[in-house]
Amino acid sequence: MSIILIVFLPLLASILAGFANKSLGFVVPKVLTTGALFIACALSWPIFISFLSGNAEATVVPVLKWVASGSMTFDWALRVDALTAVMLVVITSVSALVHLYSWGYMSEEPDQPRFFAYLSLFTFAMLMLVTADNLVQMFFGWEGVGLASYLLIGFWFRKPSAGAAAIKAFVVNRVGDLGFMLGIFATYLVFGTVSIPEILHAAPSMAGSTIGFVGHRFDTMTVICLLLFIGAMGKSAQLGLHTWLPDAMEGPTPVSALIHAATMVTAGVFMVCRLSPMFEQSATAMHVITFVGAATCFFAATVGCTQWDIKRVIAYSTCSQLGYMFFAAGSGAYGAAMFHLFTHAFFKALLFLGAGSVIHAMHHEQDMRFYGGLRKKIPITFWTMTAGTLAITGVGIAGVAGFAGFHSKDAILEAAFASGSSVGTFAFWMGIFAALMTSFYSWRLVFLTFFGKPRWNQSEHIQHAIHDAHGHADHAHDAHGHGAPAEEDAGESTDHHDAHAHAAPVSGTSGPDYADHGDGTGGYHPHESPLVMLLPLLLLSLGAVFAGFVFEHYFVSDGEGEFWKGALVFHEHLIHAMHGVPVWVKWAPFTVMAIGFLTAWYGYIKNLAFPKAVVDQIGPVYTFVYRKWMFDELYDRIFVRPAFWLGNVFWKVLDIGVIDKFGPDGAAWVVSRGSTYAQKVQSGYLYSYALVMLLGLVGAISWVIAG
Amino acid sequence: MSGFPILSLMLAVPLIGALACLFLEAKAARTVALLATLVDFVLGVILWMNFDIGGAQWQFTERAEVFSGFSYALGIDGIALLLVMLSVFLMPICIGASRSIEKRVGEYMAAFLLVEVFMLGVFMAQDLYLFYMFFEAGLIPMYLIIGIWGGADRIYASYKFFLYTLLGSVLMLVAMLWMVHTAGTSDIPTLMAYDFDPHVQTWLWLAFFASFAVKMPMWPVHTWLPAAHVQAPTGGSVILAGVLLKMGGYGFIRFSLPMFPEASAYFAPLVWGLSMAAVVITSLIALVQSDMKKLIAYSSVAHMAIVTIGLFAFNTQGLEGSMLVMLSHGLVAGALFLCVGVIYDRLHTREISRYGGLAINMPRYALFFLLFTMASIGLPGTSGFVGEFLSLGGIYQVSTGTALICTTGIILGAAYMLYLYRRVVFGEQKNADAAAMPDLDLRELLMVVPLALAVLWMGVYPESFIAPMRADIAALDARLARAKPAGDSKPTIGKAKPAHEEAAAHEGSH
Repeated sequence: MSIILIVFLPLLASILAGFANKSLGFVVPKVLTTGALFIACALSWPIFISFLSGNAEATVVPVLKWVASGSMTFDWALRVDALTAVMLVVITSVSALVHLYSWGYMSEEPDQPRFFAYLSLFTFAMLMLVTADNLVQMFFGWEGVGLASYLLIGFWFRKPSAGAAAIKAFVVNRVGDLGFMLGIFATYLVFGTVSIPEILHAAPSMAGSTIGFVGHRFDTMTVICLLLFIGAMGKSAQLGLHTWLPDAMEGPTPVSALIHAATMVTAGVFMVCRLSPMFEQSATAMHVITFVGAATCFFAATVGCTQWDIKRVIAYSTCSQLGYMFFAAGSGAYGAAMFHLFTHAFFKALLFLGAGSVIHAMHHEQDMRFYGGLRKKIPITFWTMTAGTLAITGVGIAGVAGFAGFHSKDAILEAAFASGSSVGTFAFWMGIFAALMTSFYSWRLVFLTFFGKPRWNQSEHIQHAIHDAHGHADHAHDAHGHGAPAEEDAGESTDHHDAHAHAAPVSGTSGPDYADHGDGTGGYHPHESPLVMLLPLLLLSLGAVFAGFVFEHYFVSDGEGEFWKGALVFHEHLIHAMHGVPVWVKWAPFTVMAIGFLTAWYGYIKNLAFPKAVVDQIGPVYTFVYRKWMFDELYDRIFVRPAFWLGNVFWKVLDIGVIDKFGPDGAAWVVSRGSTYAQKVQSGYLYSYALVMLLGLVGAISWVIAG
Repeated sequence: MSGFPILSLMLAVPLIGALACLFLEAKAARTVALLATLVDFVLGVILWMNFDIGGAQWQFTERAEVFSGFSYALGIDGIALLLVMLSVFLMPICIGASRSIEKRVGEYMAAFLLVEVFMLGVFMAQDLYLFYMFFEAGLIPMYLIIGIWGGADRIYASYKFFLYTLLGSVLMLVAMLWMVHTAGTSDIPTLMAYDFDPHVQTWLWLAFFASFAVKMPMWPVHTWLPAAHVQAPTGGSVILAGVLLKMGGYGFIRFSLPMFPEASAYFAPLVWGLSMAAVVITSLIALVQSDMKKLIAYSSVAHMAIVTIGLFAFNTQGLEGSMLVMLSHGLVAGALFLCVGVIYDRLHTREISRYGGLAINMPRYALFFLLFTMASIGLPGTSGFVGEFLSLGGIYQVSTGTALICTTGIILGAAYMLYLYRRVVFGEQKNADAAAMPDLDLRELLMVVPLALAVLWMGVYPESFIAPMRADIAALDARLARAKPAGDSKPTIGKAKPAHEEAAAHEGSH
């Protein structure tokens, strides 16, 4: 029954904090929400541990009747099984730490209660998603986290770019939701139920059946699975529906850590794993998932290598890591997908929170070109972020032990290779390339931020900070963005960055020095973050270091079947095949990781002119990748602008020009023409005619009835 | 309760109130109108509490023969009960929203109370002619409300409104005369079970369709709605969106579907086509509006299209879903017009660009506006979701293509509503007068809080609203069964492989 508390305490705290708002000061809402989350976290770990020890069985706690329409029924209920238990600890742990971290990060924010209320609301919705026993409740959580994400991305609502990013996130997700909804409808049509256990039980019997969809016939399970997967693509920012995720970085950094790294964006992976017995029935769908995942993991990694904004690098990194999870699931290694989800939650939340700590120290500057040399100034942030980087790049010795990402990523790559299909092999190679780039951009981030000489003096934010120190007006969040951020698309703000770039070459220790210090610091003194921010970093570092080593046995080793207890599909033969992969496959991730590290070291420590030389060599390719493969520009041209154009055409041409002209206005014209002949005997007001008509009709009825 | 003419009483209270208002000065008229609508609401609650779910189909029936063939017959089933409740719930809110009316207050209140009488009459009538009289008479006070108390362009709007809605009515009356002549009765329950000749049904269906499609309104006979909404005073918009638009849907579910099942099935593709066009076209039009009321008016057309596809899905989910969409839209569109009215009262403009940054000076307003925006978008947990989900799920079983096109409404709906919300509530305060507007006062809170609670109630526990109509929808579903379209999905039975073959196939892949 503790699950009731776990799920509903955050909701209760959110409502109380939201309604109290500023009336009770800042501390009460913060204590309420953070306290609720720590209680939920404390209650979640015992559940997880009981599943680890094999003592727990799947349970369903009914809450309330929801909808019963004919044979379509679904209720509010909380399901707990091994899969849910994994998500419970991920969500409540990261959320509790992010709440705590926000005490420090948001301490200057005048709207703190609202922020904490949103965070707790998000946690509630996410918990509803993972405890769903039917597809519709999952959809409730799905949309609930979307709402919270919308609100938190738009938290600094005065910034036009935040408002735009919030809408983009919601609407792009809705495209995915269209697939999810149709998938639920198709599921109900085929199985006559939306209850997840019943569907999963019946799914194998539908193999080989066909169904009509929009005038053509397809394999039933392929249609259902692909529709549902479109939903997963939207939420998990997979290639094509990923464009909202980088823009979502407009939200405060703790939000990015919780929602856009550790939890919400992994909902798609969770969905595929939860419904794995369904997906197993469609080889086509599995191939599509593998392909999309592999393509995303490669695409996002390339973009991540070129970005300057520290949060955007991590955002693309997240997108790329989600790709790994999907192609693991597509290869049939659901356990490996969940394992990577689990470890990724810790080290990616760590990296985001670390980035937040850097941004905090650097007075809201997010551009890595204006960092440098921070290692000694903020040592705890540096060491924890290094732990996160070691985890994400997968440092470890094959067959012995390594950081968290090493265990999970290697399991994924081995599974893709072992699956033996051509698309699996494709995914393996994409994954290897992506691992190379992951290592490169992750170390690039560390080197640009923490090593080299300070380049702070050219940052507008730092200059503001120095001004402020001299007694100028306080620097509120209004100016949080980069000067005047572009209203609509990220493309323009990229141009803005370009302008920066010309002024401040990364390699340059030269350039105009703002203040007369000559050391690039501009006289600015970064400070390490307060303890409430460092504590979450340290705790997450533990996860980044040990989560892989400790839990590998349960998630992906031979013990997998016992741990999962049927909560997801487990292919024992795939596990055996994974153990039997050639030695070079086992060592390939380590090798590319080392190459990535060395390249980053050479480019950003040893020979600072090297990156620019490479960029000059591959000019157009670099620009294409730097502009994020032009997705935003493309979508703007083929969706956004045509929608507005069509809206105007439908309105001005169709409604006013045709329907009104030949409808009521035409009738008016006829009547007014007619009335000029008859005006001597009539008033000429149209409504008086209408009234006479009505009276006449009433008379006619009376006559007919009476007669 | 048996024998007590509660339905007549519910008609009499606002009628007497209306007569009284005509002779009272402004302040007294406001009080009388508010009291009359509140009394009716209390009567409505009593009605609901005494409604016997699972009992007789028609309850609280009253009948008085007036002259040959025509009788004053009232009675409600679960479907009518819900729409009656919606009407009596929204009316006090409309009266409360009419604070800014200063011209001819007595007449204004009388017109509103008359609208209530006629609307309730429409949902309660059990006699075909009685229904027709209420149905058409309701237009007159509404027409006056727009024409007298409306905005600058009110004459054109009221004329457009009247012309459109009257056009359909003429044909419907002719059809009704024919029906009574053939069936020999004007009793609606009897007619609902009467089997008309399928060939004749076609014509009768079209005649009714002409009227209901306009009232709905369906594309392309919707252009009166934006004009009427934009010009109507706030209270008028709320009642127009909240209750008047439900008359079309009620007409379909009470007349077209049960009385002409074969014709309904025959014309279903037409309805689907018009609904798909409405969802896409009016949603895109809503996206480019710069007038708040026009935007919400166009969004209403798109939402009503979800009602029509649900109705013409010929299954329980579709029918119940469309009823829930109607109820939800009544609450949500009403609430949204109220939200527009709140800021219109302060700044006297509906131009979206004149606002901005309202979250700063009106945080409570921002919260409620957000809730209603999300309900309009159909966020699960709000009233908007359940109906939309069931309607779309219903149509999917019959026509996957229609379901696909209409489900794009969830994307477009999010786009235009959030774009509106962003321009009004987010951003900087760029206009000093908008920045100086005070937050919701007590009167306004008393109007929006009940709506907000109802929206959440219907979203979290819709069973309260489904239960009363379940038996009626089941009966209708049974009646429609003979004409039900086959659907285009037609899933075949699976050819499950035996377990050992499956394993072998996996082994083979390595």
